Amino acid sequence: MLIDKNMLSEATLKKIDREVAKYPADQKQSAVMAALIFAQDEKGWLANETISLVAKYLDMPEMAVYEVASFYNMYDMQPVGKYKLTVCTNLPCALSGGVHAAEYLKGKLGIDFNETTPDGKFTLKEGECMGACGDAPVMLVNNKHMRCFMAPEEIDRLLEECK
Amino acid sequence: MALLQAINPLLSAGWQRDGHEWRLENDSGWRLKDYEARGGYQSLKKILAAKMSPDDVIAEVKKSVLRGRGGAGFPTGLKWSFMPKGSPEKYIVCNTDEGEPGTFKDRDIQRFDPHAVIEGMIIAAHAVGAARGYNYIHGEIYELYQRFEEALDEARAAGYIGQNILGSGLSFELFAHQGWGAYICGEETGLLESIEGKKGQPRYKPPFPANVGLYGKPTTINNTETFASIPYILRDGGDAFLNLGKPNNGGTKLFSVSGHVNRPGNFEVPMGTPFPKLLEMAGGMRGGRKLKAVIPGGSSAPVLPADIIMDCTLDYDSIAKAGSMFGSGAVIVMDETVCMVQALERLSWFYYEESCGQCTPCREGTGWLHKVIQRIEHGHGRPEDLDLLNDVSNNIMGRTICALGDAAALPVLSFTKHFKSEFEYHIEHKKCLVPREIQKAGSIFHTRLMAGATC
Repeated sequence: MLIDKNMLSEATLKKIDREVAKYPADQKQSAVMAALIFAQDEKGWLANETISLVAKYLDMPEMAVYEVASFYNMYDMQPVGKYKLTVCTNLPCALSGGVHAAEYLKGKLGIDFNETTPDGKFTLKEGECMGACGDAPVMLVNNKHMRCFMAPEEIDRLLEECK
Repeated sequence: MALLQAINPLLSAGWQRDGHEWRLENDSGWRLKDYEARGGYQSLKKILAAKMSPDDVIAEVKKSVLRGRGGAGFPTGLKWSFMPKGSPEKYIVCNTDEGEPGTFKDRDIQRFDPHAVIEGMIIAAHAVGAARGYNYIHGEIYELYQRFEEALDEARAAGYIGQNILGSGLSFELFAHQGWGAYICGEETGLLESIEGKKGQPRYKPPFPANVGLYGKPTTINNTETFASIPYILRDGGDAFLNLGKPNNGGTKLFSVSGHVNRPGNFEVPMGTPFPKLLEMAGGMRGGRKLKAVIPGGSSAPVLPADIIMDCTLDYDSIAKAGSMFGSGAVIVMDETVCMVQALERLSWFYYEESCGQCTPCREGTGWLHKVIQRIEHGHGRPEDLDLLNDVSNNIMGRTICALGDAAALPVLSFTKHFKSEFEYHIEHKKCLVPREIQKAGSIFHTRLMAGATC
């Protein structure tokens, strides 16, 4: 008997169906990236059990789904905090304060990259190019929301917004 | 802005960006009605009404000498002509997986003008006979993926995509595919693998995508800016577009200027514009400091010292002659506060991180490069390290399936060639030629902290 934790919600499955419809009928596998994004949204991160659920739903071998989940940077294969902040420290951003923005955040949160605050609220990640170098320093909030020109007061504001 | 208007931009004419206001919800001008109000979809209507043949469309694009805006600079019309005629299933794919450090032009196109991309893709679909297309969008710009989906809904509702477009008999379905953080998917065959629901590991070429592409079917892949340029070429004619630029380098081009300038951002100028003019448009050097070096075509392009780049014009031929690559038009500007060893260390880390791991020379070599550069930067360099870097780079170059290996090696070869004395100083003195305090002056953030900003 399946329990909740081992199911994807109806809402998630509906979103996956919409993605499947974008591809030719015999190419359901093309929706796997989107399906993993939705599964991650629902569960917070991608546990092996969640990957299996996606595999079953798309008629794919579990290993094929795992390969995708582990290849792309923004899938979280480990639990993360409520707010995952990813800071770009690549060269163009670094020239305009990207590294220092990360240092400021580390100081504020008391954690290093790839760590989570003890209260489980924030996880800090170092990101690669987000394609927004002109707006540096740039950071992503929970993968989907980009914040630009992150001077100290902007970072403070962002942290306040993260309730 | 005055200068920009004087040059009469095409691609960015409808962009409404107000100063440093970056919040997407405040954007206007990207919706269908706005695009139509500035002449959008007229090219498509013209082609369909005149029953312009696919061959005639391709001929017009060839005449324009539009060269691929993603970095390789391959003539677009020629690429389209490689598509086999008569195949029942063909695809059009747009590469918006913009993750080459320094490049951020496609993000602004998706932000301010998604319908130009859609119109360009429909015209391309007609030219190559494709009935289905995908726009692969960089994982980090999810908000613009959502905007593109909204734009697609608008175009569908208006009858620009779908069955029997505007009663012409042409049918074309277009969808967005969201990436999720892999630089390698900007490589066209890695991108196709990714749409197929796999790891984005590049394929051997040949066969080229025009013969064996998405799902094994003939596929044309172009960059976002390339597609966005198409409506203007069909509106004004190939000759007019070519004449905006210079021979062999048609049109205007978006340049992403980042780093030590007063006003980083995208600037549209005609191909062949002198580099100093672009620098002036970007507000000149931050803090009035001295220009040290420029990476002219995204992080994979060889770096050029100030005296060389200041004599260049912005086109494929001039930059190539100077020993670098025009690439995607991403101009990374560095002033005298930059330690070139540290800059290279950061870039080499990126390529190590983003190597897909498929080819041994790249997978292992990028790690070696980073390790050696890192030890030089941290005062543990050895006298033989520069030769070692050269040797590793030359053993990566040309020995990998895709260009990521070359892209990792070229910065190393060029940084150590043009700024050899800085690397030698680092190795000999275990410290940087540019003092730390001077380096700090180069970063906005540090300068603000020192000036007593909020914290």
